This record gives sequence, structure tokens and C-alpha cells, in this order.
Amino acid sequence: MPEVVLRGFGWRHAGRRAWAVRGVDLRISHGERVLLLGPSGAGKSTLLAALAGLLPEDSGESEGTVEIDGLEPVKARERVGIVFQDPQTQLVMARCGDDVAFGLENRGVPAEEIWPRVSEALDRVGFPYPIGRRTAALSGGEQQRLALAGVLAPRPGLLLLDEPTANLDPAGGALIRSAIARSHDPDTTLILVEHRIAEALTLVDRVVVLEPGGGVRADGTPTAVFSLLGDQLAEQGVWVPGRPLPTHRAVAPPADPLVRAEHVTVRHRLPATTICARAGEALAVTGPNGAGKSTLALLLGGLLAPTSGSVDAAPGGAPHKWRAAALTQRIGSVFQSPEHQFVTSRVADELALGPRQLGRTDVSATVDELLDRLRLTKLAGANPYTLSGGEARRLSVATALATAPRLLVLDEPTFGQDRRTWIELVELLARLRDDGCGIVAVTHDEDFVTALADRTVVLGRPG
Amino acid sequence: MTLVLEPVADATAPLARRNPVAKLGAALLFSLPLAATLDPLTPALALVIELALLPFFGVRYRVLARRSWPLTLAAAGILVTMVLFAADRTGAPLFSLGPFDITTGVVATALGLVLRLFAVALPGIIVFATTDPTDLADALVQNAKAPARFAIGALAAFRIVPLLGEEWQMLALARRARGIDAGRNPLARLRLFGSTAFALLVGALRRGARLALAMDARGFDSGIPRTCARRQVFGRADAALMIGAAALSAAILTISIQAGLFRPIIG
Repeated sequence: MPEVVLRGFGWRHAGRRAWAVRGVDLRISHGERVLLLGPSGAGKSTLLAALAGLLPEDSGESEGTVEIDGLEPVKARERVGIVFQDPQTQLVMARCGDDVAFGLENRGVPAEEIWPRVSEALDRVGFPYPIGRRTAALSGGEQQRLALAGVLAPRPGLLLLDEPTANLDPAGGALIRSAIARSHDPDTTLILVEHRIAEALTLVDRVVVLEPGGGVRADGTPTAVFSLLGDQLAEQGVWVPGRPLPTHRAVAPPADPLVRAEHVTVRHRLPATTICARAGEALAVTGPNGAGKSTLALLLGGLLAPTSGSVDAAPGGAPHKWRAAALTQRIGSVFQSPEHQFVTSRVADELALGPRQLGRTDVSATVDELLDRLRLTKLAGANPYTLSGGEARRLSVATALATAPRLLVLDEPTFGQDRRTWIELVELLARLRDDGCGIVAVTHDEDFVTALADRTVVLGRPG
Repeated sequence: MTLVLEPVADATAPLARRNPVAKLGAALLFSLPLAATLDPLTPALALVIELALLPFFGVRYRVLARRSWPLTLAAAGILVTMVLFAADRTGAPLFSLGPFDITTGVVATALGLVLRLFAVALPGIIVFATTDPTDLADALVQNAKAPARFAIGALAAFRIVPLLGEEWQMLALARRARGIDAGRNPLARLRLFGSTAFALLVGALRRGARLALAMDARGFDSGIPRTCARRQVFGRADAALMIGAAALSAAILTISIQAGLFRPIIG
């Protein structure tokens, strides 16, 4: 008997006009390992939530049926485990062992069986620390590994993974992928949603592509699906493996320095560093986690004062001493998490905010131009917090551009983006650079460095 | 901004080892009756006992002093306010501080209040300095029959608290990056503080919702009777701690009544 059966399944969140997912007919047999694909907005996460029994009836409208071993998902909860993107909001307990035990306690596993099963689950994912270790002391990749152990401990027959590497750096992503591969057992059905397909393909034997408008676009072995639809999928933003990415080198040599940091340090966060950002140059700052990359971005962006050393953006001296409005005229900062930077309730208002503070007169023209350039025109009236990941990223870049600063400092701008947004971003930044702006990007993304960077500074490990 | 939420005491000390519910119960039994009187003798006696018992809880005096600085600050505030503005200026005049006549009555009232503050707060500080939050939640569920949904839920929420400090800093920096600052205008500062706090709250709620979803996905709402991986035992020594606390409290009240200083807060 097939384990997962969907017949004409659809779901519409309460208060939304469009269906998040619709018309899905799918049969996944016992022990299959499936990669679920589709451009952003195709409803992959909603589908996983439905399978995990996490769509309460009163939170939206459903269509068709979903069955797991012939049961409704809510009744099959015990057989299903799900790992989400963000490790921070999955770990419940302060100590590692306790966290793995949490799911077992919830399912009424007798106390004497709990600890052997905790050790077994931690072994399965290759968790290297003792059970008394604090969860807060783990890196993102280790936390996600622990979350996987916690989900595996109750021995689910169906394991759902909703972009488990999306919030991790490449090293963390590799850690969780090896844990998934290691913990795999032939009796567990696996459904994986993942952006970075090349790395995920080793974990699956079947690919299902959802169509944004509804239904299943393609279903088969990875080779079959990609030879048939590879180009189309890549066009829509799916990271199809083996597709080359455009590169953009600077057409002119770099011009005058925009910001220079000499021997800057920030206590506990950044050891002494000297760096200079120039006009007409794309500078990539790379290095392992904890090397102080984001801190350096804050310093260059004039948002943080150095503990020692100096940051100089002549004329005007140290940018952290400027008033905020003056700062936006000269230096634009784009944070890793776009939501942190949104302060109004409409996309158009977000864009108008900067120019209006500077008393510019052509505000609406600037807003319209940016909306158009970043494909946000249709969303002008939307609330920034309701945007998809790619839309939110485009908006956060657009808000920094609204005041036309000469220097743009970006922290992990391509993080978790689909292929289409990725290419658009690289093209946009390349054009800005060629128009004489300086670009500084803190990044883990090697493709991004290859595609855009004219110069790379590698920060070392914390000493 | 960092918040230390882990216990700071020697976990093997004889009283630190007691059941968390017993410690919490003892703290309440000891300090609540003392709050019923306004005289300075009762809290003074209580403080002496609390400080004498401190080593048995494995808390070092220096650590306690470091931990209780907000309390010291509050006490200093009370002292200043009372000395300057207390309505009751009876008693023998001691000295004058500009236009303020400092009398024995004023000093007694101020001292009484400060002592009360310390005497009532210290047991709570001792409990949290010697108790792991996980143990407290476990004991509340197993020994005090608190609903797991509440105790474990609160524990999970508590784990998010230290993240909020970092979040606040990011939000403040992000606002500056958007061209929003308050400069020296106090009204603008207040507004900025409000809007940042609101964003923090919204973020915390989203985070909380995601955590709750992940917990339910792991069967927290399954309705199956929950088992407990970590056993908490409430034994005779724990009962003795609570009885001892009540007895000490009663003894202190008796002394202050005998001494004729007892001034009930009501009446």
C-alpha cells in the first residue's frame, strides 16, 4: 500500500485570494526519497505542512484529500516528523539530550526507554557532543543536526525536510546533508524541499516539480526530469544543476576610495582589520563564521563605532558619527534579514521613506522607477512583511538605493534566494558598480564571488 | 545586553540540591508573612537568617552582590525618595539637609522599606540562582501537578529571551541604516524606542508562533499522557525545608510582636 496519497489536494490560507497549492495528485510509496521542487510560491512548504498535519481546519480552506497510510494527516501525526528551516525556533530545551527526549516524552514513551533512544538518535545523525551540552553553544549546522535527531527519535515512517539548509552557511549545510544521508533508513519515506539542488540530489531517487498555478508539472527520476524541463525550471528560478551562471567583471579600474577602515577592532567580534572600499569596484568579504564579517559590514556602513582604529569616509570623517539621514545619502546598508529593515506597512512607503527624509522633491518618480527596476510594481500596496523571500530581498535592496548612495554594503545578499532573484541581484549590482558605485558584499556564496567580485578580502578565524 | 539565565551556585550544596518546587515553596512561605508588617525589625531578622543560610545554598556572597545590583539600585532610589519626601516626619530631629529635616521617624521608615525590599527579594534570588529552569519546569509538572502545556511551554519561551537582546540591537541598527534616528530630541527618542519595541514584539511573536508549531509537530499537542525523561523527587528533606521556612518565618513574627514593633500593613 502506498504510504502518501494526495488526490486533487489544494489549500488556501484564510484571507488570501490565491490558492497556496492546488490540484496536486501524487502517490509516494513506502521508502521512496523525493525531492519536491518548484519556483518560490509554488506551495512546497504548504504541502509539507499539510502532510505534517499542521494546517488547522480553521486556518484556511482545503480541497481534495491527503492520506498517510490511509489516515488523515492529523491522525497520522505520530508517524510523521518534520524539520524546518530555522534551528533557533525548533529547539525546545536548554540541553541537547533533553531536546531529543522532548518528542519521546510527548508520545508517552516510558521513561526507561527514553535515554537509550536519545543516544541512538544522536548516533544516527553523528552528533559529536555529550547529552548535557547546551543547545545555545552549538553552531547553526550542529543545532539543525540536533533538530533532525529530535525528529528521528520517535522513529517516524515519513520524514519531511523543509529547506533544512536554508538558514545555514555552506559548512553547516554540508553537516546537515551528511547527517540526513547517514541517518537514512530504507523504511523511512523522505520528502525534501531544497533550493540548492545539486547537493540535494545525492539524497533522493525521485523528483516532483510543482506547477505554481496548480498541479504537478513533472515527476520522475532526477535525470529524466532535468533533461526534459531543466531549461524551463532554471528560467523560473529553480537551481537546476549544471547550468552556468553569468559573470560580470568591472569594465573600468576602480576609482577614488569611498570608505577606509584602518586597524579597526570591535571587542569580542572583530580582530584588527584594514580594508578600503572604492568607487566602481565590487569587493567581496568572505571567511568562516565568527570571523567578524557582519561586524565589518556594520562598521563600513557607519552603523557601529569601532572599539579601536578608525573608519574614514572623506569628506565627513567617521560615518558612525553622522546623522542617520545624512548617512543614507552616502552609504546604503542591506541587512541579511530584510524584515529587520522594514518600518512602514506598504512597499511604496518603504521606498519613499529615505528620499522624503532628505526633503527631495521627486519622491514619487524615484519610487516608481525603483518599483519597475526591481519588479515590485504589482506589490506597491502590499505589506512588506507578507512578501516572499525573493521579493523581500529585492525590496530591501531597493530601499537602500532610493537615496542613491555611492556605496552599498550588503550582508549575505544572495542568501536563500532562488536562481532568478540571484541573477537579477548580480546584474543589478554589476550595473551599479559600472555606474561608479562602490559595492561591498559580505558573503559565503562562492558563485556570487565568482560572478561579481573584482577583489576579495578573506577574514581569518577568531584568534 | 546579555542575560544570564543559568544557575550560578554550587549545585552540590545541601540546600541547592533540594527539589525546585520545595525551594520555591520555602521562599514563598518564608517571605510572604514578613511582607505583612511595616516594622524594620522583622525584615532585619529575616535578612540575617537569609544571609546566614546562603552558604548552605552554595551561593557565594560576592556572586550574590553582583547578581542583586538592580535591587541595590532600587534600594538607593527608595532611600533618597523617602529621606526627601516622606510625609511622616515625627521623631527626634537628627540633622538638616538644606530644606529637609531628617528625623528618626524618617530614617526608620526608609530603613524599614529598604530592609523589606531585600528581605522579600532575596529568597527569590536564591531560588533562581540555585535552580536550573529545566529542573524547575520538571518539578512543577511532576511534584506540583502543573499542566505540562504551561510549564514546558513557558520553559521553551524562556529560552528565546536571551535572543531578544541581539534582536534589539539589530533592529536599532537597521533603523539607523534606513535614515531614522532621534538625535537629541527626547520626544523623537521616545517614538523611536516605541517603534523599535513594537518591531521586537512582532518579531518575538512570530518566533514564538514558529516554535509552537515545531513543538506541536513533535507531538506536544498529541493528547497522549506525557512521560518524563528526568525524574524529580520530592522527599522528606524537601518537606522539611518548607516546614523549616514556615517555622522560621513564624519565629521572626513572634519576636517582633513580643518586642511590640509589629505594625500590620492592613489596619
